[in-house]
Amino acid sequence: MSRRTNAWLTGSLARAHPLTASARSITFAVPGWPGNDPGHHVDVRLTAPDGYQVVRSYSIASTGTGEEIELAIDRLPDGEVSPFLVDDLELGDTVELRGPLGGWFVWRPEQTQPVQLIAGGSGVVPFIAMTRAHASAGNSIPMQLLYSLRAPCDAFFRDELSQPSATAPTTWHYTRTVPPGWSRSAGRLTVKDLKSETLPPEQVPLTYICGPTGFVETVSRALISLGHAADNIRTERFGGI
Amino acid sequence: MMAVFGGRRRDDNPALPPGQYLTESFPVLSAGPTPSIDTQDWEFFIHTEAAHTHQWTWDQFIALPSEDITADIHCVTSWSKLGAGWRGVALDTLFAGVETGFDFVMAHSYGGYTTNLPLEDLLNGRAWIAYEYDGGEIDPEHGGPARLLVPHLYFWKSAKWIRGLVMQSGDKPGFWEENGYNLHGDPWREERYA
Ligand SMILES: Cc1cc2nc3c(=O)[nH]c(=O)nc-3n(C[C@H](O)[C@H](O)[C@H](O)COP(=O)(O)OP(=O)(O)OC[C@H]3O[C@@H](n4cnc5c(N)ncnc54)[C@H](O)[C@@H]3O)c2cc1C
Repeated sequence: MSRRTNAWLTGSLARAHPLTASARSITFAVPGWPGNDPGHHVDVRLTAPDGYQVVRSYSIASTGTGEEIELAIDRLPDGEVSPFLVDDLELGDTVELRGPLGGWFVWRPEQTQPVQLIAGGSGVVPFIAMTRAHASAGNSIPMQLLYSLRAPCDAFFRDELSQPSATAPTTWHYTRTVPPGWSRSAGRLTVKDLKSETLPPEQVPLTYICGPTGFVETVSRALISLGHAADNIRTERFGGI
Repeated sequence: MMAVFGGRRRDDNPALPPGQYLTESFPVLSAGPTPSIDTQDWEFFIHTEAAHTHQWTWDQFIALPSEDITADIHCVTSWSKLGAGWRGVALDTLFAGVETGFDFVMAHSYGGYTTNLPLEDLLNGRAWIAYEYDGGEIDPEHGGPARLLVPHLYFWKSAKWIRGLVMQSGDKPGFWEENGYNLHGDPWREERYA
């Protein structure tokens, strides 16, 4: 895969659809995009008419060699960039993009270790790319996702992650509101939850954790207490609390 | 009709390198779990080409002359934090008795992280091993008990959980440098990626 990590490329919004009340999937056509591995992120740069610029990082939900990339953005009410991307950006509008970035938090189909993915909130985005790549490679390496979210209505890509044909099954975990008939009560992931809902240390999984800093800290500490080696845990922190 | 990005007018701040925005919070970025290191077991070393290792225990390290440092820090993911207060031991102090003809250093951390630096970026009052932040111990998430502090380079060079420095003859890349980041990392020249 060619890497052109320094150049800013122009992407125009090709497709968009809402994911939740606060989040939107946005797909850019990016001529010259070199392709990306599942887990890579991209820097997005916005420029105001007077030249003022801001840059934020976003995980890429799509993978492969095409010249389109899909992002999934959650609006922070007091944010500077995310409300613009979720609410204002229209089809045909352009932004600048640089990437792919982050050659560590990636999964490649040729890897042979079992894979446990653990997402908090919008931290699921890089894992969408990983489960898509896993499915399209027809890969038989065990891969599963534990997805922690506040309430059922906050799920990104629920249909896709719930498909019976999905090769990487999803376990849903709710911290504030559970769906009707759910057997567990709402609450943050505990060591006990992680023990029963993730691949055990004996299987030596490679675990990827992505979400807000506090989530990543808590989950990674819990996994180490369960006997997972720190070397087998990769993390990506989205900032925030 | 194009959507027009308004942004938040922020005053032009001459302390901000190009492409950086100001944050009051202190985001955490690291590649793996936070290691927990007891100062009882902590040690710091400098290893030279003569296979000579200079070593300090925590108590020996803390007893060295230290300095208060107020510095701006710039993360490659575009946030900057101005006027952060640290306390630490200057690399000049640690290198005072070290003889080496090599021009480059590989910093090694507990947990396995590495990052490469030219020796000249560590000396002459430009780098420290910091053990206090904002008047207290450094939180483990931010690299405690001790981290490298090289404020004039992007913050991935300021290795958290620092364990030692190994002199090297050439500028061999460390962890992020092997994963697409720039070998040097000067924020004023936007040396972000390879
Ligand atoms: C590698 C990487 C990948 C990322 N991928 C995604 C992604 O796929 N989808 C996505 O929606 N976001 C992602 N983020 C987060 C994203 O970069 C921005 O931080 C986010 O969109 C907020 O930007 P903003 O300009 O709207 O808010 P800002 O103006 O930067 O911040 C507004 C306020 O919100 C707080 N804040 C900032 N970020 C967060 C957060 N994540 N959670 C809670 N509070 C926060 C700040 O402290 C501040 O007080 C990723 C971040 C990183 C580092």
